[in-house]
Amino acid sequence: MKNHVWRPLFVVLAVIALVLVARKFLVPADFGVGARGYMYGWHRAGNEQQWKDVKVKYKTAAFCKDCHPDKYDEMKESPHRNINCENCHGPALNHPDDPRSLTIDRSRELCARCHTRLPYPNSGRGVMKGIDPKTHNVGLDCVTCHWPHDPRKEGHQK
Amino acid sequence: MISRRSFCKKSLLIAGGLAIPLSCLELFDPKRLLAEKDEKGPRWVFLVDTRKCVGCGFCVKGCKVENEVPYDANVTRTWVERYVVTSDGKTHIDSPKGARDGFPNKGIDIGHGKLEEIKDDDIEKAFFVPKLCNQCDNPPCVQVCPVGATYQTADGVVLVDRSWCIGCGYCIMGCPYGVRFFHPVFHVAEKCNFCYHRITKGMQTACVDSCAFGARRVGNLRDPEDPVTRVIMTERVNVLKEEYGTKPQVFYLGLSKEVK
Amino acid sequence: MVHGEAWTIKEFFTYPNEYIYWTIQIVMYPFMTGLVAGAFVLSSLYHVFGVKQLKGIARFSLVFSFALLPVAMLPLLMHLQQPLRGIEVMLTPHFTSAIAAFGIVFSTYGMIVASELWFVFRKHFVETALALKAIDGRTALQQGWYLLFSVLTLGAWDISHEALEADERAVKKLAGAGIPVACFLHGYAGFIFGSVKANALWMTPLMPVIFICSAVVSGIALCILTYILTMEIRKQLARRHRLAHPELPSMDELKSAEAHVVAMTSRYLLMFMVAAITLELLDLIFRGYTAVKSWDILRSVIYERDFVNIFVVQYGLGNLVPFVLFLIPGLTIRRAVVGTMLVLLGVFMMRWNVVIGGQAFSSSFSGFMHYVLPLWPDSMETLKEGLVGALIVAGVPFCFFYLLNKVMPVFKETH
Repeated sequence: MKNHVWRPLFVVLAVIALVLVARKFLVPADFGVGARGYMYGWHRAGNEQQWKDVKVKYKTAAFCKDCHPDKYDEMKESPHRNINCENCHGPALNHPDDPRSLTIDRSRELCARCHTRLPYPNSGRGVMKGIDPKTHNVGLDCVTCHWPHDPRKEGHQK
Repeated sequence: MISRRSFCKKSLLIAGGLAIPLSCLELFDPKRLLAEKDEKGPRWVFLVDTRKCVGCGFCVKGCKVENEVPYDANVTRTWVERYVVTSDGKTHIDSPKGARDGFPNKGIDIGHGKLEEIKDDDIEKAFFVPKLCNQCDNPPCVQVCPVGATYQTADGVVLVDRSWCIGCGYCIMGCPYGVRFFHPVFHVAEKCNFCYHRITKGMQTACVDSCAFGARRVGNLRDPEDPVTRVIMTERVNVLKEEYGTKPQVFYLGLSKEVK
Repeated sequence: MVHGEAWTIKEFFTYPNEYIYWTIQIVMYPFMTGLVAGAFVLSSLYHVFGVKQLKGIARFSLVFSFALLPVAMLPLLMHLQQPLRGIEVMLTPHFTSAIAAFGIVFSTYGMIVASELWFVFRKHFVETALALKAIDGRTALQQGWYLLFSVLTLGAWDISHEALEADERAVKKLAGAGIPVACFLHGYAGFIFGSVKANALWMTPLMPVIFICSAVVSGIALCILTYILTMEIRKQLARRHRLAHPELPSMDELKSAEAHVVAMTSRYLLMFMVAAITLELLDLIFRGYTAVKSWDILRSVIYERDFVNIFVVQYGLGNLVPFVLFLIPGLTIRRAVVGTMLVLLGVFMMRWNVVIGGQAFSSSFSGFMHYVLPLWPDSMETLKEGLVGALIVAGVPFCFFYLLNKVMPVFKETH
């Protein structure tokens, strides 16, 4: 083919070859089609493990129970039994080693999440015990009068 | 005038020429790593009972901390919506900061930092609806990813590869549920992944653990004994925006027609 | 701050994660690819279909199309959150995504245009290289030029009559192959939007066709406009150099040639404009008539919130006024300039109303989002996705054109 007309084609082929070679070096070796086929599963397989390796921050009440069985048992008897310790005490993270003391949220806003009165029928919220935070003992922490682990008991009076 | 001979010749040439770029696709065709579908492992699904939700927003808070989404950023992997239907037939919807702090105001957040007050007597029905990624069986967000940075695992969870995402935002546009956003720190697409690091260790998701009312549950659809599977199989459950053909896998109890 | 928060104002109920994620750069992207495709189609009208009247503008629009080409990619890169990873589209393309085709289609198209240009300007390359070779004791600059042109010949030094005829045949074939690819390049830009089922405004099979038609309209308009501008400059130069170089074309020759080309080209502009408007109106009527679930919110966006943008600026100023301007007999250059500028405005607004308008409402259909274009950049984000970023994108092709013109003189008669 001694015809100059094909010269641009050679350039094009060279560029394509270059891209293919670059692919060999730049695409991670574990990139491929996963369980959900090409449409939904085209990915780098190693990433699945990376997501599994994310650190767990909230370790649940089962973890707290080991060292604080008294608190755990008290909670389990109370109307607040379904509330996880970490909702108010903050995530355990590496407690007790790393954060020796947890970030406990004693604010009114925390209690108000559930106990601000909202008159909503057809919703669990409508039947919850609620107050209007704008009029109910403004300025005082709820825990002054109400013991959060068991709201039937009186609050922090020590 | 074009002769038949030259017409045929040229047609073949054009067809051949067009075939060259198409054959490039073949070159890119990937090796199939796992050809057969793995039906043995779990298929994670979610069950939301809207009748139980009280709108405390502990799930949102737990999610943000657990999944390292900056607490003050106005984006979230999961959120809670409030629906208030008044006697004039209007539906008022809001989700202030995704209900990260619950619903501290009785008034409905209508944007620009304004609240619309509603009289208690006008409320006909009102309820809360938690939202999260539906981990669709036909995830449109995955379909539109140009580089394979988001994908669905064998157990049905849609993940984002943070080291491969180019941040084009097509997946955000492709999601009818608005669950995706750009992570403010990593600057790549971000979404709920059912706390993949927790459910694969036999734990519950952070939002399920922080819900005191049992409004959220995660389960395995391939296990017929799983209590979540039992509910989905035996009770009247619904899904969101079925008309998009996405086959969402977050099931709702007590869904109302007002829910968007 | 979250990406998108800087320029999004939310009203009523929107999902917490919803922002205007696709901003002015995504408006620029289909606008620029539209100009590329349109300019190429215009040049092909001469090369393939032998529309002789367009000879004057054909070569010009081909080079201009090539100058626009890298710029079609620029807005996408500026929009990416991870621009350095953009190459992944070529590395691990996921062809179920419309964007993944970009790498392939874009490079195929680029190669076709580059090859076509090579054939058109090969004689010039060879002649220039030979002329430079003949100079003894070349300066460093001349040596640089010589090397550049030698490389550009790709080693094909034959400029005999037969070889040049082979060139012309190749040009014809490439231009023919280029038309479907150019249409595909832009049609798929429409497909990117039209296939998003989550977006009620975008999702329509008409989108790619509408995009192609308005692309050709804008491409032709920009070619006419730039052609007029360069001709004006040439006229000024002619006035100055005429005394020294009497062989240059006279003012009147230039003027009549210019008027003729403009009048011819604007006829094609009108044809494509009619097609584009027909399709757009069909889409609008169809949406209103079928009135599916999303129509309530679409109607309030189209007829209330974006009314000025859509009906006044896009259809009124951008379509109706230039339509009348071009139809009034005795088209003058001045009127053509005004007309083409309005057409460009109209097409730009059409892109704007699709891209930004499509995000003006929440996918909950219960709230709205308003895009505030960042005028003054106060961060990298507002620089890239604000007015300044858009102006950079709009200005770069003219710089490229200036440089390309140094290597491939558009106005010099070669064949």
